[in-house]
Amino acid sequence: MDLHLSTAEPTEAERRAVDSAFAAHRSPDDVPGADVRFPDSGHAARARRHILLPALHAVMDAVGHLTPGALNHLARVLSVPPADVYGVATFYAMFSVTPRAPHVVHVCDDVACAPAGAEAIIAGLAEDLGEEGEGKEACWVRSPCLGLCERAPAAMLQLAGRPDVSVAPAAIGGLRAELDRIATEEPGEPNRVPAADAAFADATVSVPQAGQPQLTLLRRVGVVDPESIDDYRAHGGYEALRRAVALGPERVIREVSDASLTGRGGAAFPTGVKWDGVARAPSRPHYLVCNADESEPGTFKDRVLMEYDPFGLIEAMTIAGYATGCERGYLYIRGEYPLATRRLEHAIATARAHGYLGADMAGDGFTFDIELRRGAGAYICGEETALLNSIEGHRGEPRNKPPFPSTSGLFGKPTVINNVETLYNVLPVLAVGGEAFAKVGGGRSTGTKLFCVSGAVGTPGVYEVDFGTTLGELLELAGGVRGELRAVLLGGAAGGFVLPDGLDLPLTLEGSREIGATLGSGVVLALDTQADLTGTLRRIAAFFRDESCGQCVPCRVGTVRQEEALARLTRGAPKGPELTLLDDLARVMQDASICGLGQTAPAAVMSALKLGLL
Amino acid sequence: MTTVLLGSISRLVTVTVDGRELRVPEGATILDVLRDRGVETPTLCWAPNLTPINACRVCMVEVEGSRVLVPSCARKVEDGMVVRTDTEKVRHSRRMVLELLASSVDMDQASTDVQRWMVEYGVDPARYGPPAPPEDDRAGHRVGHHHAPDGSTAANVAQPVKVDNDLYVRDYARCILCYKCVKACGTDAQFTFAISAAGRGFDAHIATEYDGELPDSACVYCGNCIGVCPTGALKSVREHELREDGDWRPEEQTVTTTICSFCGVGCNLELHVQQGSIVNVTSPSDHDVTHGHLCIKGRFGFQHVQNLPDA
Ligand SMILES: Cc1cc2nc3c(=O)[nH]c(=O)nc-3n(C[C@H](O)[C@H](O)[C@H](O)COP(=O)(O)O)c2cc1C
Ligand code: SF4
Ligand code: SF4
Ligand code: SF4
Ligand code: FES
Ligand code: FES
Repeated sequence: MDLHLSTAEPTEAERRAVDSAFAAHRSPDDVPGADVRFPDSGHAARARRHILLPALHAVMDAVGHLTPGALNHLARVLSVPPADVYGVATFYAMFSVTPRAPHVVHVCDDVACAPAGAEAIIAGLAEDLGEEGEGKEACWVRSPCLGLCERAPAAMLQLAGRPDVSVAPAAIGGLRAELDRIATEEPGEPNRVPAADAAFADATVSVPQAGQPQLTLLRRVGVVDPESIDDYRAHGGYEALRRAVALGPERVIREVSDASLTGRGGAAFPTGVKWDGVARAPSRPHYLVCNADESEPGTFKDRVLMEYDPFGLIEAMTIAGYATGCERGYLYIRGEYPLATRRLEHAIATARAHGYLGADMAGDGFTFDIELRRGAGAYICGEETALLNSIEGHRGEPRNKPPFPSTSGLFGKPTVINNVETLYNVLPVLAVGGEAFAKVGGGRSTGTKLFCVSGAVGTPGVYEVDFGTTLGELLELAGGVRGELRAVLLGGAAGGFVLPDGLDLPLTLEGSREIGATLGSGVVLALDTQADLTGTLRRIAAFFRDESCGQCVPCRVGTVRQEEALARLTRGAPKGPELTLLDDLARVMQDASICGLGQTAPAAVMSALKLGLL
Repeated sequence: MTTVLLGSISRLVTVTVDGRELRVPEGATILDVLRDRGVETPTLCWAPNLTPINACRVCMVEVEGSRVLVPSCARKVEDGMVVRTDTEKVRHSRRMVLELLASSVDMDQASTDVQRWMVEYGVDPARYGPPAPPEDDRAGHRVGHHHAPDGSTAANVAQPVKVDNDLYVRDYARCILCYKCVKACGTDAQFTFAISAAGRGFDAHIATEYDGELPDSACVYCGNCIGVCPTGALKSVREHELREDGDWRPEEQTVTTTICSFCGVGCNLELHVQQGSIVNVTSPSDHDVTHGHLCIKGRFGFQHVQNLPDA
């Protein structure tokens, strides 16, 4: 393949940014210390296509947008066709291929933030900076759920030349002050990031149960210092890994199977079966991928775990890698999670420095290391095969299954993909043993479950309860409903609604299935009688339209038509034809879409219609 | 490129299609079997000379044990598989895929098969409302953002034709995003990689780098993308002009098969002639030299063989 390159050249800053990405992200088979930038070097360079996403991030972080010179440079050093580089760059909402202000305020206007004052913030920013996306030094854009719903309303500052920060709860005054400060500070000024992150110092804002003795998954949240490996060890850290190594890989998998642990990422697949499949796969190497892309509107549990107990995830990934024969794990974290990213980067580096990651760890002859990869604003990249494509430097389009990742996953190799919460569960499984773990809850719903409670409740936050707790009990735990309850959105945008008369629903996979709902990613969004339900539904429909990858017709066009029909309904169009249309659309999206996004895109709308909420 | 040759695979598996038990070669796709048995199955993103793309989802069938429908073009048969092609669920999905496309894309120049399927499956694109007006710069839409619609018109991909070179035009108002051109330009034939999907969701589209013009891109004008395009989104300038002038007369065209004289490879050419002049050159997809793919000389180098007054 001869690359056809343009004459556009990168600036010095862009070149440096790309170099830094190269230095940080080596190929699995790169010789340590070797210079990996040999332009036009065919296969060797093409095998580094996976550096494309980190390199695009590096340029965005440095310059604030992607110039033709930068993209051309990337095409050259990675030996990737320029049209492909452009195709990838234009897939992600956090990237801009047109000039844009270096500082971007992403304001969440999604299901939890809209009722909490998002529009007031947007009005204020529009007054200061102008229309959406416009402005010289700074601009604002609307964002889907930023995964900070317990602190609604939320904003995320994507800043060129400086670390990104989350601001939540956000207020126009605070954002103005932050933007003023950025305008006047020297880049690299040391105190700004800790100042923004300080808002997250009090863990009880996100986890009101923090510190309570009955907690399992959340037991270290607010208790342990997230930046200290010694403190982590002082709180039981690395005991599970020690136990795993004592048991050996096969026994570890047996414990996980005995625990009946099911995936917490939405599909509820048995983790033991998945691990066993990869462990036995003859093809090598095996890869582990942790799915930390958490972007389902209303979901923030993984973020909270990663922010307050980052070493827990590193330990759990290490155990998963040990059990399934992986020497390398990829941690793919949502691009809009700056604090969790900082905490995990620090935890990985610290674990490595202490011999808990790397070659021949702790003298056990077992090698395992973790690479962190940032998503860039695409809900679809949480779908496991889209995520693999994203890591590999392709557009985040889901793959056709079969083959499944456990036989042909990352770089075509057997791959375990697990959700963050699923992996944290491995620690208690090893602590108490699979059988004891399975005694909590029952059936396929064993152990404890994290729920992301937000909206009209007294104390929003992540709550850990035993499987089988009722929805009503969970709402009580979260301080009860503020005002009069109209409905609960259960399971997220891909979930459905439960009416006030359904609060005795036991929160289990089986219980939710019985009423045609799903626990999904653990979203429990309470809507009171003041809430704008129609607005919520339209936001959900808009979300799916925005987040569809566009690959298949049922989803690409279906999500557009669904939103249009909903718009007509809310304008008072005759119901009959619109309902027929929505039903026709729902069926083709469910039956014929390639992936779960299209298949669940009509779920909430159809649920609302069925329950007469519209 | 994988062309599944039914005859050359020896091991057989048993599948049931619409109640009939069949012995079919292992490694065949469900579509291979359906075509072999004469069960007509609509396809748009599939082509005999391309690796299955599995994007359009019009070829769906029911497979027992699968909650969702299965793309017949991409799914391989397995022993004991039970396939149904004529169920309400299958018909509904096929109708809706065709209807959703017809409501958002200009399908007028799609093949007569496609036109017939739209009638047979009862497609009614008008029920989504009148089409929204064309847009000049669809590529400029910001990823992950759109203006909330009021539902009074149906969003679509209408846009001006891109005419930026002498050989072929890109009329993306007719593009159903089947990815065939991308595959033909890339790993399935040409290995030029001049085009890719860009953008996301309903704004996803086929583009060169920076949505630039073809002469600034890697394109070598082999026309293999034209050869696989199912909707007339890509066509020769000659055809485009004749159509614009109302002089395009497919019913009067004759097809003459010959062998390309430019080099020694031996590509089969089909010369499409209208009113005594060549209007298009194609190659049959089942020809074992070309698999339907040509180079710029074979595809476009025909001016010298005809004494056009202005040539
Ligand atoms: C559109 C879409 C988005 C998804 N997003 C996530 C996500 O953000 N995090 C996650 O763990 N799983 C997500 N999933 C589910 C994954 O595909 C996959 O099932 C999961 O990561 C497997 O891990 P588990 O078995 O531990 O749950 C998503 C699925 C779909 C269809
Ligand atoms: S269902 Fe939607 S998101 Fe999934 S592959 Fe199809 S277009 Fe892409
Ligand atoms: S004419 Fe050939 S090189 Fe040009 S875009 Fe089409 S397939 Fe690619
Ligand atoms: S231009 Fe033609 S071949 Fe290419 S994606 Fe569009 S419809 Fe398919
Ligand atoms: S952060 Fe705004 S809805 Fe989740
Ligand atoms: S023809 Fe099978 S998905 Fe398009």
